[in-house]
Amino acid sequence: MTRPISSKSLFRPAAAIDQSILAEHKTLLAQIDRRSLLRGTISLGALSLLTGCNVTDRSAVQSVLTAVSSWNDLVQAFLFRPNHLVPTYSEAQVVKPPRFNAYYEIEQVKPVDAGSWKLELAGLIQDKRAWTAPQMSALPEQELIIRHICVEGWDYIGQWSGVNLRLFLERVGADLTAKYVAFKCADDYTGSIDMATALHPQTILATKYAREPITDPFGFPLRLRTATKLGFKNPKWITSIEVTNRYPGGYWEDRGFNWFSGI
Amino acid sequence: MTRATVKSHTRHGLRLHPLPLRIMHWTNAVAMIIMIGSGWKIYNDEVLFGWLHFPDWITIGGEAQGALQWHFLGMWILAINGIAYLIYGLVSGRFRRMLLPIRLRELIATVRDALRLHLAHDDLTRYNAVQRTLYVGIILVGILQVISGLVVWKPMQFSELTTLFYDFQGARLVHFLGMAAIVLFLLVHVALALLVPKTLVAMVTGGPELDAPPRAVPPAPAPSPDIA
Repeated sequence: MTRPISSKSLFRPAAAIDQSILAEHKTLLAQIDRRSLLRGTISLGALSLLTGCNVTDRSAVQSVLTAVSSWNDLVQAFLFRPNHLVPTYSEAQVVKPPRFNAYYEIEQVKPVDAGSWKLELAGLIQDKRAWTAPQMSALPEQELIIRHICVEGWDYIGQWSGVNLRLFLERVGADLTAKYVAFKCADDYTGSIDMATALHPQTILATKYAREPITDPFGFPLRLRTATKLGFKNPKWITSIEVTNRYPGGYWEDRGFNWFSGI
Repeated sequence: MTRATVKSHTRHGLRLHPLPLRIMHWTNAVAMIIMIGSGWKIYNDEVLFGWLHFPDWITIGGEAQGALQWHFLGMWILAINGIAYLIYGLVSGRFRRMLLPIRLRELIATVRDALRLHLAHDDLTRYNAVQRTLYVGIILVGILQVISGLVVWKPMQFSELTTLFYDFQGARLVHFLGMAAIVLFLLVHVALALLVPKTLVAMVTGGPELDAPPRAVPPAPAPSPDIA
């Protein structure tokens, strides 16, 4: 099942990230503001652009595509069943080790030092004191044997354990009526999920895989595992959690992948 | 119970392919091209068959995210148009009139004629058994694509539906095979339309007028003697 790590994949670029591309597309990235797109183009009338516009007019086509992607976020939020438990599997079906995914190759993973690691809290949270690794391990543990599905189309069954995210958010006094939970990671990856998914019974902050501490390539010491989102919506090496009402975006979402990406 | 058929009053101007049908046909053509082209790009990121990659120049969307955006735009056009088509076909009686019945003996005879290149196509308003079979089949494949597509998109929210395909990869495989069936259909469909260009013209202009199409009337709830 595991492909050779040298193979080409959008999720594992061959070279290090070239920041000049980011600078080059600064204006475009500024336009990918979900809120303004929602305001400006969500109307079904935008669809009429498709028939009226010249297909070579890339920006008009792209604005329709982006508007439909935002519309699909709303549809997915509507389809989401907050208390529907996804299928779980037996320990015998667990793939060890799990399959690697990141925006770089597995050799480029920079291990996080658990001793100096801290989980920062920000935004609409009452108790913003940072958490250490031993404090996190002391929290009640929930185990999930669930399917990981990548946006590319591959999948595997993994066995994850850690604190239930809802329980954790309640413990720190987060505003559970806020819209988003956003994550920052040690490798500069960012991600965000909707509050309904954060509160789903099968969403955890995982510290273990197959009953052992998660190994470096898979997010040690802390990563998100939600049973109802695509793989890239599960940030690894988490260093901060923010609860917010302001759309936070994310690494892949800012590059055109659908934000909700629920499964 | 006798199936009463009446010669309907001559409906002037009613053509083989009424305007709503033509609009839906060409909308579907565009949606299908979007879905197939972007689907090929999405497939390339995790192939089901090691020997099969689709060259980038026949795919739609550029990069993976672009292809996904096109696919999730196309799905709305395809699904909404498809539902409208099914309702239209059922309510107008077109499905019953044009696509049914399909008789095995007729089907075999038509296939034999086709292989001998003796296929009659003078009367565009009547589909032969092969056409009926292919059109009914492709409608069913289209429905299967929507269902398997829903499962590929939302295998967890629709986990009950996912079990119909064994698992997520099962749904991916069915979705791929459905695409293959549609592409095969399209090759035959387009080739035949080009061989008999008046069929293509008919799907643009509406085709020949139907002067007095025999119209099946649903049995009345309480049959009265003067219906015959």
